[in-house]
Amino acid sequence: MDHITGSQDLSAGTDLPGIPITLTINGRVRELSVAPWVTLLDLLRERLDLTGTKKGCDHGQCGACTVLVDGKRINSCLKLAVAYDGAEITTIEGLAQGEALHPLQQAFIDRDAFQCGYCTPGQICSGIGLMNEGRASTRDEVRELMSGNICRCGAYTNITDAVMDVLEKESVK
Amino acid sequence: MNRFSYHRAGDVAEAAQMGAEADTRFLAGGTNLVDLMKANVERPTRLVDISRLPHNKIEELPEGGLRLGALVTNADTAYDARVEQRYPLLSSAILAGASPQLRNAATNGGNLNQRTRCYYFYDTATACNKREPGSGCGAINGVNRIHAILGTSEACIATHPSDMCVALAALEAEVRVEGPGGARVIPFADYHRLPGDEPSKDNTLQPGEIVTAIDLPADSFTENYTYLKLRDRLSYAFALVSVAVGLTMEGGKIAKARIALGGVAHKPWRVPAAEALLEGQAPSPELFGRVADALLQGAVGQGTNDFKIDLARRAIRRALRQAAAGTPQSQTDKHVA
Ligand SMILES: Cc1cc2nc3c(=O)[nH]c(=O)nc-3n(C[C@H](O)[C@H](O)[C@H](O)COP(=O)(O)OP(=O)(O)OC[C@H]3O[C@@H](n4cnc5c(N)ncnc54)[C@H](O)[C@@H]3O)c2cc1C
Ligand code: SF4
Ligand code: FES
Ligand code: FES
Repeated sequence: MDHITGSQDLSAGTDLPGIPITLTINGRVRELSVAPWVTLLDLLRERLDLTGTKKGCDHGQCGACTVLVDGKRINSCLKLAVAYDGAEITTIEGLAQGEALHPLQQAFIDRDAFQCGYCTPGQICSGIGLMNEGRASTRDEVRELMSGNICRCGAYTNITDAVMDVLEKESVK
Repeated sequence: MNRFSYHRAGDVAEAAQMGAEADTRFLAGGTNLVDLMKANVERPTRLVDISRLPHNKIEELPEGGLRLGALVTNADTAYDARVEQRYPLLSSAILAGASPQLRNAATNGGNLNQRTRCYYFYDTATACNKREPGSGCGAINGVNRIHAILGTSEACIATHPSDMCVALAALEAEVRVEGPGGARVIPFADYHRLPGDEPSKDNTLQPGEIVTAIDLPADSFTENYTYLKLRDRLSYAFALVSVAVGLTMEGGKIAKARIALGGVAHKPWRVPAAEALLEGQAPSPELFGRVADALLQGAVGQGTNDFKIDLARRAIRRALRQAAAGTPQSQTDKHVA
């Protein structure tokens, strides 16, 4: 994250040109020029065609836009893309290895952990963030630490099952 | 969002100088500011990104306290082993707030400086003295379920929405700030302010001043504490009423007590006289009732939030019982014991 340090007027002048930033998205380095008011969510969806990440509320209230930044889950709708210059971003499109799904993607299918699927990319990225944090092992803990992801279809029970499946497998390893 | 320029600050002095200029805002985690910009409540012409300033560590203080850098995230603070062990009240309060994703982005400095969640403040089609001084207050005689019952004014009845700050008030933290006029330290009780006739001011920061750190005193509550938060759903919702309690017990008696209320006023609410009632006394339901009455002295409902007075009274008694028994409220198992 620290290849850019020191004071820089990154958008001097009156015509507010785009700001050059570098993001590594799903392993691919992207050199971009981005206006300061573009959120990471809009950059992903509107410019980079990574529409797997969803816009639910656009106000941090639903979790549909959850992505991983340097391994940590955040709401991409409340982050200006320019602030993440140098960061490594993983979206739902970056989880599978070729045809092999990420274990949590597979667990969502096995456990039927969605209905309409709109919240699912955010749920899965959030679940991976939860595992990286290492703070949940019981069902209650998973429910609490998945509470930043709303599911209007109410698939919560099966979502918890899917996350528990992968957590239990990880702890056996 | 309006159009604005973006500047990444190199150091605090530069950020402070720029921040003192009109229509400039500091950007930390952005979870509150970007939201308010989307709602057109904040319309800065320039953002100064302070997120890469070096105030991003948690450090020991020589007298035994802990210094929380303003740019440490709420998640990293709550899960820091020293905070968990020595300041479990703070850890618990942070984990009671927002969501894991938001806590990963939100910073300690941003948490202190987050704005109210008053619906009228967010809605530019309505009157709000905080957003637009002199325009009136939509919440008074409006829908005010989440609004204040203590310390209100004729101009504004908003609450400060933070959970973290309620614990910091009970812990008697200090806020370290740096600005164009130099550095100073503000006792937590003096950091936020009541609305009075200037509701546009949430706190006592001067133009350009930046919070650089929050200092926790060595003296803490590791056994007898609780953070009890009551809200419309069990997670991912702001407090209607919350109570932070820290007690020092000696031989079955309360030697020291600190209590702060959230969700009831424009700042975390403390009443030293109520805390003094507990000192030297053995815990009892009758005593806790008197403490609750003293804390809520002067409470006035605004209509839709009348229920808060009784809710707060019950929450205070419950929290005191939890703290005295050494059975703090779990933020995972939400059953209120
Ligand atoms: C859906 C939702 C639910 C939430 N629920 C809760 C909850 O239950 N409990 C709770 O406590 N909070 C809750 N929050 C609020 C959240 O905790 C705050 O948004 C967050 O703490 C703000 O930190 P930030 O770093 O993102 O601040 P920013 O958004 O970057 O900044 C907020 C304000 O503080 C100023 N600022 C930031 N850092 C500094 C500094 N160092 N010095 C001076 N000024 C500064 C900024 O200029 C801005 O005005 C919720 C937020 C959302 C969106
Ligand atoms: S309560 Fe305060 S913030 Fe809400 S509308 Fe009234 S003046 Fe504005
Ligand atoms: S779209 Fe970001 S939290 Fe809802
Ligand atoms: S599956 Fe439809 S919103 Fe979750």
